[in-house]
Amino acid sequence: MLKIYFLICLLFTSLISSASNSQTTRIKITDGQVARIPIAIADFTGPDGTPTAEGRQISKIISDDLRNSGLFAPVDTAAFINPPSSPDITPNFDNWSPLGVEGLIIGSAYFDDENVLQLEFKLWDVVTQKALTEGGGSAAPAGLRRIAHKVADFVYVEFTGDKKYFDTKIVYISESGPQDKRIKRLAIMDQDGHNHRFLTSGRDLVLTPRFSPTAHEIAYLNYFNDEPNIYLFQIATGQTEKLGSFPGMTFAPRFHPDGNKLIMSLAKDGSTNIFEMDLLTRDTRQLTNTVHIDTAPSYSPDGNNIVFESDRDGRQQLFIMDRDGSNVERISYNKGRYATPVWSPRGDVIAFTKMMGGEFFIGIMRTDGSGERLLARGFLVEAPTWAPNGRVLMYYKQEKFKEDGSGGKTSLHKIDITGFNEIIVNTPADASDPAWSPLLGSKP
Amino acid sequence: MIKRLLTICAATILLAACETASTDSNEVVGSSSGTSSASGAAASASSNTSSTSNMASDSASSASSASSAGGSSSIGSIKSPDELLAKVGSTVYFDYDQSTLTAEAQATLDRQAAFLKASPSFRITIEGHCDERGTREYNLALGDRRASAVRDYLVAKGINASRLSTISYGKERPSVGGSNETSYSLNRRSISKID
Repeated sequence: MLKIYFLICLLFTSLISSASNSQTTRIKITDGQVARIPIAIADFTGPDGTPTAEGRQISKIISDDLRNSGLFAPVDTAAFINPPSSPDITPNFDNWSPLGVEGLIIGSAYFDDENVLQLEFKLWDVVTQKALTEGGGSAAPAGLRRIAHKVADFVYVEFTGDKKYFDTKIVYISESGPQDKRIKRLAIMDQDGHNHRFLTSGRDLVLTPRFSPTAHEIAYLNYFNDEPNIYLFQIATGQTEKLGSFPGMTFAPRFHPDGNKLIMSLAKDGSTNIFEMDLLTRDTRQLTNTVHIDTAPSYSPDGNNIVFESDRDGRQQLFIMDRDGSNVERISYNKGRYATPVWSPRGDVIAFTKMMGGEFFIGIMRTDGSGERLLARGFLVEAPTWAPNGRVLMYYKQEKFKEDGSGGKTSLHKIDITGFNEIIVNTPADASDPAWSPLLGSKP
Repeated sequence: MIKRLLTICAATILLAACETASTDSNEVVGSSSGTSSASGAAASASSNTSSTSNMASDSASSASSASSAGGSSSIGSIKSPDELLAKVGSTVYFDYDQSTLTAEAQATLDRQAAFLKASPSFRITIEGHCDERGTREYNLALGDRRASAVRDYLVAKGINASRLSTISYGKERPSVGGSNETSYSLNRRSISKID
């Protein structure tokens, strides 16, 4: 059993000890149906052994994370009989096995005299009656949701064998107003939709934000002064900076996994080609040289290859090349047009948007183009982005507009890459162009 | 100032010439191709959606005021440069996923070129637009391709490239509301605007 401690300070998070040794995958998939793991999450208690308000909030955050993953079925707390008053107390398993749960989370969480949140938890395997993992940490009040996401991450890893992803953020484009005068703003929120915040005012049209590997910066397309170019946004300070000066429009940015380079498209004289910029020197080099449209580039997780879309063969298709632009090879050959490829953080598959028969689809294929699977469809679904564990995709969906310019509901959705558990991500207004952050606190 | 007035006078006279040549105001809206369905769609939309479309209502109002002014080239009917350009035909339409200029698009651009030659102080920005049935990045590139096609045509007709700039809005700025083939055909367009 592992003992895990974490600490959330005002802004920064450090994991004192981490990693799970459990590789047991308990998810069972039969005929495309996933059997959700029944799990009990007791309300976290205070020093007196009774649930605290903050403890209840934390339990709910953990429960929501696990339920929304589609892989867990948290049991209603009302069914609990005599939950232990502290994570130090071994539960009476006779009270839990009748609920059919496989896992049980017991924890304590309270604000101490200095208003610091103190948290401990223990995860029990109800079947074997053994503790699987335990840990604890402290956080400023503003870090409450993050520390809860971290506990949920440990539970997720322990039971699924997948990597964690709950302690992450989403940057996206918030949309409002009529179809012909759409106001678009950069907005950021936690992965579960909380802590929502607008980053730009809506005065300038902004599109396609992408996180840097540290999640401290966002690269995006900004129509400042009616000159569309890629800008860099510093999340902590709100500073923006135009990236370079080009004789045309730069767009479709994505960071290299090392965080020091950025790949993008430059449209000039009707041709669109792919360039890489060194963010330290600001030197750029041209990777493709066509009279066609080469765009939407995305690096492989090792940074050595690039997948992109091109209409050089007539219609949009997916291509892979080496990072220096050599060895270009087409990988999409099935029916339809393929666009917006994004390499999975696991490296094995590529997510894309597909257009076929008047419909749009979100799908994945292996990096050699084989094994294509379509996961979501709609009048318009577009722009997949990967959770950092490569298990969940988010994208946006737009409904049809009416003739008066109303309608056209646009919203974020996420789906498990097995193709089930498609759920909407709640946002204050219409939403498009999502980008999932890396795990917070991670380094390139 | 005097030079500017002269320029506008010249443009107005040119307009009068254009007007006698054109048979009706339909070509202000234009159509996307030679296919009957597309041009029919464009024509019907010009009458149905003028209340929701700035471009269409601008064209309609300038057309009607021009006809009320009749053939007279009195100095009292001076319009804004953009109104004059709209009267010449500021918008051309494209087929789905295409940037080739149809015969009608070329006819509109021939008039734009004549207008620009007659008004040598004007510089224009050509906006490239797409319908919503493409992905965002590709449409940004396609809008650039359309705007560039218009610019290249005008340059070939003798307009100095330094007077022409381009910008792509992809699918971000449709002029006509609705998710249907009519609106798509009217949103696949370039618009020339005087700087």
